[in-house]
Amino acid sequence: MSILVLAEHDNASLKAATLNAVTAAAKIGGDIHVLVAGSNCGGAAEAAAKIQGVSQVKVADAAHYGDQTAENLAALIHANAAGYTHIIAAATSNGKNTLPRVAALLDVAQISEIVEVKAADTFVRPIYAGNALATVKSADAVKVITVRTTGFDAAAQGGSATVSAIAAGPDLAQSKLLSRELTKSARPELAAAKIVVSGGRGMGNGENYHKVLEPLADKLGAAMGASRAAVDAGFVPNDYQVGQTGKIVAPQLYIAVGISGAIQHLAGMKDSRVIVAINKDPDAPIFQVADYGLVADLFTAVPELVAAL
Amino acid sequence: MKILVPVKRVIDYNVKVRVKGDGSGVDLSNVKMSMNPFDEIAVEEGIRQKEAGKATEVIAVSCGPTACQETLRTAMAIGADRAVLVQTDEADLQPLAVAKLLKAVAAKEAPQLIILGKQAIDDDANQTGQMLAALLGWSQATFASKVVIGDGIVTVTREVDGGLETLELKLPAIVTTDLRLNEPRYATLPNIMKAKKKPLETVTPESLGIDVAPRLATLNVSEPPKRSAGIKVADVAQLIDKLKNEAKVIA
Ligand SMILES: Cc1cc2nc3c(=O)[nH]c(=O)nc-3n(C[C@H](O)[C@H](O)[C@H](O)COP(=O)(O)OP(=O)(O)OC[C@H]3O[C@@H](n4cnc5c(N)ncnc54)[C@H](O)[C@@H]3O)c2cc1C
Ligand SMILES: Nc1ncnc2c1ncn2[C@@H]1O[C@H](COP(=O)(O)O)[C@@H](O)[C@H]1O
Repeated sequence: MSILVLAEHDNASLKAATLNAVTAAAKIGGDIHVLVAGSNCGGAAEAAAKIQGVSQVKVADAAHYGDQTAENLAALIHANAAGYTHIIAAATSNGKNTLPRVAALLDVAQISEIVEVKAADTFVRPIYAGNALATVKSADAVKVITVRTTGFDAAAQGGSATVSAIAAGPDLAQSKLLSRELTKSARPELAAAKIVVSGGRGMGNGENYHKVLEPLADKLGAAMGASRAAVDAGFVPNDYQVGQTGKIVAPQLYIAVGISGAIQHLAGMKDSRVIVAINKDPDAPIFQVADYGLVADLFTAVPELVAAL
Repeated sequence: MKILVPVKRVIDYNVKVRVKGDGSGVDLSNVKMSMNPFDEIAVEEGIRQKEAGKATEVIAVSCGPTACQETLRTAMAIGADRAVLVQTDEADLQPLAVAKLLKAVAAKEAPQLIILGKQAIDDDANQTGQMLAALLGWSQATFASKVVIGDGIVTVTREVDGGLETLELKLPAIVTTDLRLNEPRYATLPNIMKAKKKPLETVTPESLGIDVAPRLATLNVSEPPKRSAGIKVADVAQLIDKLKNEAKVIA
């Protein structure tokens, strides 16, 4: 077996999600190559070469891969797919954007967001907002797979893969990036953080969200998240959303503040090791999954918690 | 220009899903079915573009059993002009097959823009739009929170992991919707009545020449490990004690 893993990166550095995808590849077993497609992406390629278990890093360095537009990226992967039994990416917004396009070009199914490898052709994936787990078997010649990062540990460092350049494909020029508005934060990345503090509609407004929750996140060195209701109401940007249709997280500790615990929210955090819920409604469904529930007004409980930590 | 909006009939998002005892799937008998929420957003977007004079016609299309007519009537009650049902009794219609059917419908209708949901809340696949874009050779912008149609182009703001990004696509193009794109209107009773008279054409995979056999075999569907409720703590002091000494997640 021979597996191609698409690197998630920002040209200069490799994103942690790539490490989880490599672990999923290692579970399948076989020769693992990483594709780094970008512009001036030597930094990311070097980092990929150090991942344990990777034998080769293939680098396609061209201006038209710099922004990771799906049309160019998918065409490149398709052109280099020969010989691979599996093509894998982390289920990041990038991976989810690109890989189905690759699968369709190859005329094969995609297996989305696997959480377990049963065999080289058989995988487990959540469906219905994580209310069910499906075990699916692919009959296709090439398996195109996205990996839920919370399902697999990060691959270790210490590898020494060979790095070689591959030819860039043509610039299809079907789409171009006009601008990016990335949320700046000194906090850990939400999807990979050990502790997550999340706020919901109960925060009331954006000012409260920041005033009440930031001191807690600061004390704990935590990433910050939110429910859909908090994002829809404009308390915080879209990239804070945890849930079925937002980010999937599984930290050591998840603290849900003023969040009711709708099934779509639980889908994104119920695999956390320890869940704490602070909510004034004793019947809020979030308490059904919380290890420690505190029935209290968040505006008094959270400052008290911050003071006592 | 025409806008095509694929809509999927799925279990209503408020329904508590039950896994069947024999592991063959989830129980769909006697449960409420609705239009996939992301597809309501897609229909609304199509209609707004038409209302803004950017589109001439909004066509809803659904692939599945006869019951999908209901979903298409809902789309027309929201404001779609007409509908196409690709009728099939294939119980396991997978995204690649749907993308092929939609490609065939697009070949007949020649839309400049196809707006899909980003994800169906039953299979949680998040694939069909991207696959359709590949099959048609069109540009794509997934997870849209803003869509502005220009002259031969469409500018789309996307919700991505790090925040937002804005792409300019050449038309024809594929867009998939995210939650913040718009808030779909409710279908009013007069519009529900009107929708009953709007044209609904039925075709079949056979008539379109598409093989819809599944590529993935589902071996088993099981319930995820259940998380048991823990305890309610009396106050903040007890919470901190538990986190430090029992769970050992903070120092
Ligand atoms: C297609 C679709 C996709 C979705 N995807 C997601 C998703 O990815 N993520 C997600 O989160 N949701 C998602 N949702 C939305 C989900 O169904 C819920 O509507 C949402 O999670 C509710 O957010 P909330 O808990 O913040 O708000 P609410 O349900 O309104 O809960 C607010 C809670 O705050 C408590 N509260 C209020 N004031 C205080 C106070 N002073 N002190 C303490 N507690 C207080 C209340 O008791 C209540 O329990 C999706 C919905 C759909 C239809
Ligand atoms: N059977 C179907 N009929 C019509 N549209 C569909 C169908 N399945 C998927 N779609 C469209 O594709 C989107 C993404 O679905 P999926 O790739 O299954 O998550 C949905 O939001 C719909 O817009």
